[in-house]
Parts: sequence; structure tokens; C-alpha cells
Amino acid sequence: MHSTVIVGAGPAGMAAAVVLARAGEHPIIVDEAEQPGGQVWRKPAAPLQPALARILGRAAAAEHEQAHAEFASIAASVDHRPRHLAWNLQGGELFVIEHRRIRPLRYGALLLATGATDRLLPVPGWTLPGVFSLGGAQTLLKDQGALIGRRVVFAGASPLLYLAALQYKAMGATVVAVLDTTALPEKLRATPALAAAAPRVLARGLSYMARLRAGGVAIFHGVTALGIEGQDYAERVRFRCSRGAEHDLAVDAVALGFGLRAETQLLDLAGVPLAFDVDFRQWLPIVDGDGRAAPGLYAAGDGCTIGGAAAAAISGRLAAYAILADRGVAVPATEVAMLRARLARLRAFQRALSRAFAWPAHWLADARDDTVLCRCENVTVGVVRAAVAAPLGPREVNRAKALTRCGMGRCQARFCGLATAELMAHALAAPVATMGRHRSQAPVKPIPLDATLVDEDTP
Amino acid sequence: MMPAKPRLVRVLDRTAASATITIDGDVVQAFAGESVLVAVLAHTTRLRTHEVDGAPRAGFCLMGACQDCWVWLADGHRIRACTTRVVDGMAVLTGPPAGPADA
Amino acid sequence: MTVLRVNTAIVGGGLMGCWTALMLRRRDPGHCVCVIEKGKVGAQASGVNYGNLRIQGRHPGQLPLSLRAASLWERLPDLIGEGCEFDATGHLYAARDDAREIAKVETAARQASEAGLATELLDARALAQRWPWLNGFSMASWSPRDAIANPRLVTPAVARAARAHGALIHEDTAVHGAARTGAVFRIDAAGGLTIEADTLINAAGAWAPEVAGWFGEGAPIVPAGPPQFVTDAVPYFIRPSVQAVDGTVIFRQVRQGHVVVAGYPRSPSDPVANRAPVDARKIVNAMGHLLRAVPALEGATLLRVWSGIEGYLPDMLPVIGPSGTTPRLVHAFGFCGHGFQLAPGVGDVLADLVLEGSSRTPLDRFSIGRFADGSAEVAEHFTREFDRSLQVQAVAHPGAQRTR
Repeated sequence: MHSTVIVGAGPAGMAAAVVLARAGEHPIIVDEAEQPGGQVWRKPAAPLQPALARILGRAAAAEHEQAHAEFASIAASVDHRPRHLAWNLQGGELFVIEHRRIRPLRYGALLLATGATDRLLPVPGWTLPGVFSLGGAQTLLKDQGALIGRRVVFAGASPLLYLAALQYKAMGATVVAVLDTTALPEKLRATPALAAAAPRVLARGLSYMARLRAGGVAIFHGVTALGIEGQDYAERVRFRCSRGAEHDLAVDAVALGFGLRAETQLLDLAGVPLAFDVDFRQWLPIVDGDGRAAPGLYAAGDGCTIGGAAAAAISGRLAAYAILADRGVAVPATEVAMLRARLARLRAFQRALSRAFAWPAHWLADARDDTVLCRCENVTVGVVRAAVAAPLGPREVNRAKALTRCGMGRCQARFCGLATAELMAHALAAPVATMGRHRSQAPVKPIPLDATLVDEDTP
Repeated sequence: MMPAKPRLVRVLDRTAASATITIDGDVVQAFAGESVLVAVLAHTTRLRTHEVDGAPRAGFCLMGACQDCWVWLADGHRIRACTTRVVDGMAVLTGPPAGPADA
Repeated sequence: MTVLRVNTAIVGGGLMGCWTALMLRRRDPGHCVCVIEKGKVGAQASGVNYGNLRIQGRHPGQLPLSLRAASLWERLPDLIGEGCEFDATGHLYAARDDAREIAKVETAARQASEAGLATELLDARALAQRWPWLNGFSMASWSPRDAIANPRLVTPAVARAARAHGALIHEDTAVHGAARTGAVFRIDAAGGLTIEADTLINAAGAWAPEVAGWFGEGAPIVPAGPPQFVTDAVPYFIRPSVQAVDGTVIFRQVRQGHVVVAGYPRSPSDPVANRAPVDARKIVNAMGHLLRAVPALEGATLLRVWSGIEGYLPDMLPVIGPSGTTPRLVHAFGFCGHGFQLAPGVGDVLADLVLEGSSRTPLDRFSIGRFADGSAEVAEHFTREFDRSLQVQAVAHPGAQRTR
């Protein structure tokens, strides 16, 4: 039995480990990546580290370095297990695989800090080589020192479009355009709320737009009818701008992202109830303000509520204090109160952002039938629509999965699940929350068939 | 056959050891520690073809979530290209190795 | 309140209930039939089972019914207008180098041939010649008529066909209670729906004992399910469905390349909470058994695991036939994890009972009365194929006798 196991060494998991280690604990932190940091604070491989400030900008690089320095300072008290995938959670055991060795971990407290990935909306041509997720485009740069292409369009609904475009430009890519599917008035309407919650973050975001414009990058707001074309890879991006004109841009890569989607699979396997969040338009676990999900089970970071890296780190600290408090350890009340207040502000900021950069779920109402919806199983929009229209057709996503294979593939509906629900809701003229969510099934990611079970204490 | 023009670009010099791998038998220079995805897509435009429609795929999320970038090693094992690191001598296949069906 | 008057009401929209509705309508287009399903048709055991259309290796008492079902499966597109990935792949019932396993296979082959099913006994050499990728078996019985189909697709397709033939299908309609007054069953269902019927069919799967209980009878159903999993797609090479006699691994490959796997022992499932947990250790064990049987799958990956809520009875035989207490109440449940293949046969047999009063297919072994008079035995399978907790549950029932 280990006292605390943390899944995920991103901002939330790292911050929680720091609090626990300083309280004299020796948490295990299980993480899939080679290096700690998660996606946002991904620590580059050693040869790339000197370039970090160039990629991230000085302010972000400083935050990044501080988080890693803090985590490094407790290295002796933390059992950090990189390249370990937590693939199943049942009966008080976390099943972890490293290479082909599966170990069950028993725990006193389990903190799930599993993060988020991009939320995607299917557009014609999004399965073509050269089209990547927006977060992935950034990760590739930070982690690998590589760009997804030379002539890149950044498209979707996210403030990160602007940041990523700047990073790519700084590293020598031609940013052909930023195609923001949200209209300018929506963003202006959200500005007071954003300014109230986090004025400095807002200012930083606005400066990205200004710097792109100053650098001659075309920015389109209120983009519709987005599609990617090419024979064997992305060659052209077509779209309609807010004035109604059709545009056609030559590219060799596209970064596509519509906000974040929480990784909730392990929480779901643990039986934690999830509720549909109307702002983020996705299913999030029901936890208390400090991340308590069930006795002995805690959640923090974007895998719990979309909040961004700074909020994730704070929620990680709060969850760690909750773990300590639930064990009867005294926790610093003033600090906890301050953290709660800061977390509330940052999360309010994200909520306002989610309205400013709302994902265009209504596009699913008239999405083309031949658009691939489920990338894994290559199921099209038309196939799901036809199933819904058939007698005794599906009325929620799991049934649609059973009947059409949509969401049945390797990614377990991570990249089609929310869009499938929106599509079905439109087809049935029903609220999207009534379309349900895909039930998680182990393994949360594929594991090798020739893996074997080894004893918990075998090194 | 000449590989199609790759699109993915390495922009930072890796001073790390270079590694020699094969991709569908082609000898390719890569870097130890970089992802297999980068090594393949800096060489050609696709990682694999889709099981259902045979269309080219090149991964998507680049962070181990979408599972679109699973390729093969010559010994038949499957690897996720975006989270697997290059090791000198690696033999990567962008399609399944000959199995009992082809025997 | 709505009152619906039908000739036959079927509680349970699983594969049994839907086939029964279809057969009744096909054979008597004037017969008014209604299926009442608490959730969606085929969403429970009918939809999540392994998909085996295995004839060989069954209890000999089931073979006439199984063969009747097979001839219906073989006409599936004619009957329902859809193929549902039906594929006569053949089935290998395979023994390791173990005298008891070999004897079991030989017995199964003899019983099959007595019932009129052609099978072939193959030694290790013949196995290696035909399926060189198969490993670790000393002999097997090969039944070329056995088949597979996609369980996710079949029940909804049968239900659509039944509806197209005029059957009423009520989904999302839980039944709260039923009673027989005079010659009429009165069934109270969700949403204020009342159904009046001359005949009531209890095809409620793992939930069937509750229905039987309303009429003063019961059966010791044990809700359970096998651990199952599917691999990622690998180039198609496994043509037959293969079953190790010891139940450690049962596998088949679909045309798209995925290998579907089941393995014993079964775990308890929970029909109240509607959960069928899958024990991770059992999955890892079954992965090992699969790789020993098919080493060529070594590089593949595990995609997804699941189980189901199946109704098991201690003698591993279903209940099919008239109630012991109530005229025109007919039961069809407790298919012990092997009902998928039987379903069209069961539908046809129940149509015999409803429309003609009797069936040419022998049903004596399947009477619910065996649990009332204590004549039911505990099958030898229960000592191997189930978790210990389930064995205890089955043996503890007063209607079950322990035998060898």
C-alpha cells in the first residue's frame, strides 16, 4: 500500500506532489511522458532546453522553469515514474503499465490529474496528413523542436490559436492565417468578465493578436464553412469569412483546435458521477471545491474542470491539502483560503473564455454527410445520421456507437464523442445533454497484448 | 520509389546522437530520443494507411490521446509513434508486417 | 392511462423476445404481439455477448433446438433483410494434451453426429496443417456449420423486422407488475401503459425471476458475465471461431481485423445497478492464453474490455416452456451465456407453443418445474467456469442438487 498515488505529472500533479513532499509524504507520481510537465509545461529534451525562451517567450518560460525547479527540489521525496500509463482503475487498485509490465498499485489516496486534450469538431479533410491538433502543434515544437509544416493555418475556436501562431512564426514558419470561428462581437461581449477575472492574462492574450497583426499575419474572425483539401496531404484551406466571401489558401499544414476536453476516463472507471457543463459543453466529474471525488479519490487540473495551467497548479495544491486534511494533518488555512479564491477567479476567467471562444457546435447541424466524424473507425456524419433516422434508431451516443462503430475505436471517442452528441442532438432536436456521453472502458489507451502482470513490489 | 516530399520540419538542432533507423526498409538518419513520428514525417508524408478506407494518415493529436499514429516494428509489435522515442537501429514499418495470412 | 389489448405480450426486448415477436407475426399476421423493453432492444446480454453461433459442444438436449436455430440463422437476410455480419466460419472445439479434455471433445463430436450435425475430429497434425498459426492443442472437433454474427447489430435488426411485420415494440418501458385475471393478463408498465394479453411471454433475461415471481414460481438465476476483450485490427487470418475446452480462451476474428476474445471464469454482474465489472487480472490472464494459442498475435494491442449481465442457472440449461402455475404464461430465460445461437429457434418454438399449443422440438429438459421439484442438478461447469462466490450462490439454492 502506498499512501498517495498521483496520475499525471502536469501542472496539477507536479504542484500536488510538491505540497505532499513538503508535508513529509513520499507520493508516487505516474506519468505517460518521458519528462514531467504535462502538455503545457512539457520539459523539452536536454538539447532543446536552451531554446525554450525563444519558443515560449520570456514570461512563460520563467513560469515553466519555476514549476520545474520546484518539482526538482522535491525529487528525493517523490517516486516519479515516467513512461507509465495508468490504464485501469477498479476495486481500489490502479493498474499501471510500463513497457510490457503491468503493476497493480494500491493506494491510500489517489489523485487523478489527467489533464485535457484539444476538443475537436469534424471538418471536411481533417483526417488528411498535415492536419494536426492545435495543442499537438505546440507540443511538437516544445517537445521535439519540430513544426507541423512550413506554411501553416491555425484554425478553430481558442485563444491558443494566437499563441501557437506566434510561437510558430518565431520559429520560422509562415503563418498563412489565423482562422477564428468565433465572431468578434462575442469576444467583445466577454471582455468585461475576462478583465474582471484576470486582467493580466487578458492583456497578454490581446498582445498576441496585436503582435500577429503587426507581423502581417491575416486574422479572420467569424470564419465558417471551413474545409481542408488535398490529394494525400493538406494542400488548401477553404473557408467563408464574416463578410461572406469565399477564401482559398495554399498551405502545407493546419493546426485545428476548439478549446479543451477533459480526460475523465479514469474517474469514470472509478464510478465518479459526471455532469454536463453548459459553458464548456462537456461532461465533467462532480467534485467538491478542493477536488474530492469519492473517499480516497481526488481530481485536479483540466481533467477535472477546464481552467488552464495556472488554475491546474492551484487545484493540484488544493487537492493535496485535501488529502492531508482528510488524514487529519493540519493544513495552512490562510493559504488554502487564498488558493481557493485565486482558483475561483481563474476558473471564472476560463468560463468567460469558453463563451468568447464557444465551439461552433451548431456546425454539426448542417455538416456534410461525407465528413469523417470518427477518425478511428472512419465513420461519417451521414452514417450516424442515417442510424438515428432508422426505426428504433439510437437516442444516445453509446447506442450509436454499438450500431455504427462511431466512437468505438482506439481513442475511445476522445475526438468524436462530443461532436457525435451535438450531431445527434441536432438530428433529434433534443438537448445535447440528453445524448449522454461515451462510457469509458479499460484500457483507457491501448496496451500491448503480450503485457504480463508483475507483483506490485517487483522493481 | 522516391518518398513524397515531407512536410514536418525540424527547426532546432539536436546535438544529441544521431541514430540510423529504417522506415519500410529505407535507411533514414534520425536522432536518438526524438519521437518516431518526427523521424517518419521528416522523411515522408504519411505514417500509415487507414484500415478501413486505405487513406493516408499521419497522426493527429501528437500527445498520445488520439491513437491515430500507431505503426509497426519489424518484429510485429505496434508502437504509438508520437510517444515512442527513436532508438538506433529501430526498424519501423508503416504497414503491418507479413502475418500468417500471407504465409 | 392507455390500455393496449394484444394476443401476446412479451416482457423483455432481448434477442429471445424480438425473435419470438417476429416469428409470431410471420406465422400469423393476424396475431397481435407487443414487446415491452425496459431499456433498448438488445442492449443487455443479447448485444454484448461474444457472438458465437456455436452448435457443437452443447448439452445434447439442446441440439435439436440448436439445429432448428441454425437453419434460421442461415436464412438471416431472408428473414430480417439484414446480414448482421453472419459468417459461417466454422468452430473448433479444441483440447489440450489432457485425457479429460480429449474425452470431452470426443463426447461432443459423438453427440453432434447423433443429432445430425457433421463434425470432424482432427489430431494435432491435421490442426497444424489446416491452421498452422494455432498452437497448444492436441486435437479438436471441427464443426463447419457453426458460425458467428455481430451481436450489437442482430437484436435491433430483428426488432426492426418484427416491427415491419406489425409487431409493437415499446422501448424505455419498464414493467412494474403483471397478473392474470380470468383469461387475461394485465401488465402494468411505465408511463401509465397497461397491456392486456391472452398470452404472456417472460423473456426478461437476468431480470426474469422477478416476472416469474409475480406468478408464484422462480428459478435460481445467477447474474454473471465472462471477461471479454477486443484487439486492434490485424490482417485477417483467423477464419474459425476457436474455443479451448477448458474455457480459458475463446476467440474469433472479424473481417475488419479485430480479434474478439472471451475467457472464463465468469464474474458476478449486478442487474440492479446495471453494471458488469471486468476483472483486470482475468483480462491479462486471457491475453496470455490467447497468445499461447495464437503466437502470431504477439504484437497486437488490447483495445477494450467488457462483460455483460447474463442469466445463469446451476444446471447450465435455460428455462423454456410453459409456466407450472399459470396457464398461457410461457418462460424463456436463463440461457447461461449460450443463448445467442438458440434465439431464432427459441422464437420459432415459442410461436409453436403460442399458436399451436405444443412444439415438435423437445423442451422437457428446460421446464421451470425442475427448480420446484428439486430435480435440477448443478452442472460440472460451475466448478470451473465461475468465480467461487457464484458457485456458492448457485449451490445454496434449495432447488439445486449437487452432483458430479
